[in-house]
Amino acid sequence: MSLADLAAAAGVVAMVAYAVLAGADFGGGVWDLLARGPRKSEQRAAIARAMGPVWEANHVWLIFVVVVFFSAFPLAWAAYATALAAPLRIALLGIALRGVAFVFRAYVPHHQVESRAEDRWGAIFGATSIVTPFMLGACVGAISSGGLHVATDGVVSVTGTPWLTPIALAMGAAGASLCAWLAAVFLTVESEGALQEDFRDKARLAGAVVLLGAAATVPFTRAGAPHLWNGLVGRALPIVIAGTLAGGLAYAAVITRRYRIARLLAAAQVVLVIVGWAVAQHPFLIYPDVTIASAAAPDSTLRFVLWSLPFGLGLVLPSFWLLFRVFKGDASRLT
Amino acid sequence: MELSLGFHIVFAALGIGMPLLMLIAEGLHLRTGAVHYRELARTWGKATALLFVVGAVSGTALSFELGLLWPKFMAFAGPVVGPAFALEGYAFLIEAIFLGLYLYGWDRLTPRQHWLAGVPVAVSGMLSGVLVVGANAWMQSPRGFGEVFGRVVEVDTFATFLNPSWIPLAIHSTLSCYIAVGFAVAGVYAIGMLRGRDDAYHRTGLVLGMALGAVSAILQPLSGDRVAKLVNQTQPAKLAAMEAHFHTQAGAPILVGGIPDVARSEVHYGIHIPKGLSFLATGDPNAVIRGLEDFPVDERPNVMLCHVAFQVMVGAGFALMALGAGFFLVRRFRRGELPRWMLWAVALAAPLGFLALEAGWIVTEAGRQPWIIYGVMRTSDAVTPRTDVGVTLAMYTALYVFLAVALIGLLRGLAKKRLEAA
Repeated sequence: MSLADLAAAAGVVAMVAYAVLAGADFGGGVWDLLARGPRKSEQRAAIARAMGPVWEANHVWLIFVVVVFFSAFPLAWAAYATALAAPLRIALLGIALRGVAFVFRAYVPHHQVESRAEDRWGAIFGATSIVTPFMLGACVGAISSGGLHVATDGVVSVTGTPWLTPIALAMGAAGASLCAWLAAVFLTVESEGALQEDFRDKARLAGAVVLLGAAATVPFTRAGAPHLWNGLVGRALPIVIAGTLAGGLAYAAVITRRYRIARLLAAAQVVLVIVGWAVAQHPFLIYPDVTIASAAAPDSTLRFVLWSLPFGLGLVLPSFWLLFRVFKGDASRLT
Repeated sequence: MELSLGFHIVFAALGIGMPLLMLIAEGLHLRTGAVHYRELARTWGKATALLFVVGAVSGTALSFELGLLWPKFMAFAGPVVGPAFALEGYAFLIEAIFLGLYLYGWDRLTPRQHWLAGVPVAVSGMLSGVLVVGANAWMQSPRGFGEVFGRVVEVDTFATFLNPSWIPLAIHSTLSCYIAVGFAVAGVYAIGMLRGRDDAYHRTGLVLGMALGAVSAILQPLSGDRVAKLVNQTQPAKLAAMEAHFHTQAGAPILVGGIPDVARSEVHYGIHIPKGLSFLATGDPNAVIRGLEDFPVDERPNVMLCHVAFQVMVGAGFALMALGAGFFLVRRFRRGELPRWMLWAVALAAPLGFLALEAGWIVTEAGRQPWIIYGVMRTSDAVTPRTDVGVTLAMYTALYVFLAVALIGLLRGLAKKRLEAA
């Protein structure tokens, strides 16, 4: 493995962290928007309680992904930013409004909860929680399917609208529905009684949507991104099978109310989906013109980015552990 | 872009200054047990959270925007400034994690643990700022890389960090954040007291804000002096523009005020202090300082803008320094009582720190023009080839205006809520 491959792997690991952690937070927004039934406000409160302490830390993984990419693969980053300006802008606007809406809603001073102000923030929060993962998924679809071209002199061109092709849209939908599925499964662990049953219903619904969505992506991928398809049924096949298995078992665990196991399996499923995509897509950063090797920064920069990982993560991971232990642990008191 | 940065600086400064104030207040609570310190720490913690979110989204927006608007700059400079940004990423993660612990941990951690959870928030907030300034320092005095066919090769990573501009600029900007935040916070509580809410909570908020602002303001000229010497060495054209110094001369005077007339290369209505500039820039009152005439016309920054912004920054800085010193003298002299005129002065001076911060940033950036990377890449060469830049700009402007309005509304709500609870 070259240095550039290692840096790309680090980027994928950060993507995975973002997808599992922040993905569930996006899903939380979806369920906030779709809160229904007699326990509507309890559902929202449970979502806010689960997300509150951790979502900002989760969100920062995206900045991490961006930073790894633009330090290690500046040419690819410049091409993404130019060719995918529209969906990235929408995603960005979504991220911005969403974070603001969540916190601002929590801080609308309680004595003046004219619930309309709260509702308005709530609607923004929910809508952006769907749009953002959709757009990010669509961007992944666009760079996998060959719609972006980068000439040897670095000039970027596109055929059609690569992020609106069927495969990009399918990947966008897959992204959004995976988030909803993750969130519902995670929330079953963090709630009790009738509320837990509510989230179980939502998890069953989302699980079914994910399954249908995955099935629907198959023909689009075969037709729209044959190289990716070959990778998925070729060298990435074991990962794809493991991911599918994890998803199926997670669904079964939800049905049988083994929520902790379901949480683990659903997270594993998302990890495997992304790793599978990355393995199938390798060595391309943008199919077919930009590879990991051709876009890589000089070795000294790569070396720095890689060397900083153990030190940086040595600080970050224990902090994360502390955060999750304090707010998500069983014995939720440190004292 | 400049506009988003201008906004981002305000949020970032608050994100650097507020956690420090919050820690000081909670630390005092731990020592004295007085409730109003904890109340202040709670309020400031919430304000920090709001600001962090807005700072985080505006920072995310910027990192995308860098790619969207300046793809060539990013492709070129990415490998060099990347390491600073990578470290900034870690600092940011740590800050986010501990902010979560701090905000939601009031009842889950012991008071001491809770205070300790706040420390990384303040430290990494400061470090993020310092690291971003590191990237900017490289744009001011690029070092440590080779260039082949317009692509950066052979980056010497550590040279980026050993950049001569970095430490002076980092100290200068960190202090200016503390000044801006300290005086702004003090101003908020001064307004409260002017409206008749003269209680321990308001008085403490006022004094803590003033203390942070005053100490930083008094230290600031020392760091400003180092920056001036640095600019003389690395970017003489910038120094000349700041001072509207048109003609190269030995024993150059320093200019206070004045309106530069670029067409005729002279300054109207200014006060000249003999040999001042030579002394400040080199330590030798007779040293030769290069004037704008030494630089080709297309390599001169905008003199009017740089000079005025520089005057504003220095003027506001000294005014705040005087106010800070005066405040504590009056307070001592009157045994803790504060006359209304002093409260008025503090209230009116509240925005000055931010004014100085923005003005200083304008000097740094406008003074580097027409270069984006000094001496290496021109701003006009770095901008995106896309023609729809206007769309991006309009979108970001709208977003920032929206954020600013909502934020101000909520911060006001936060201040009010506390009032009604009392």
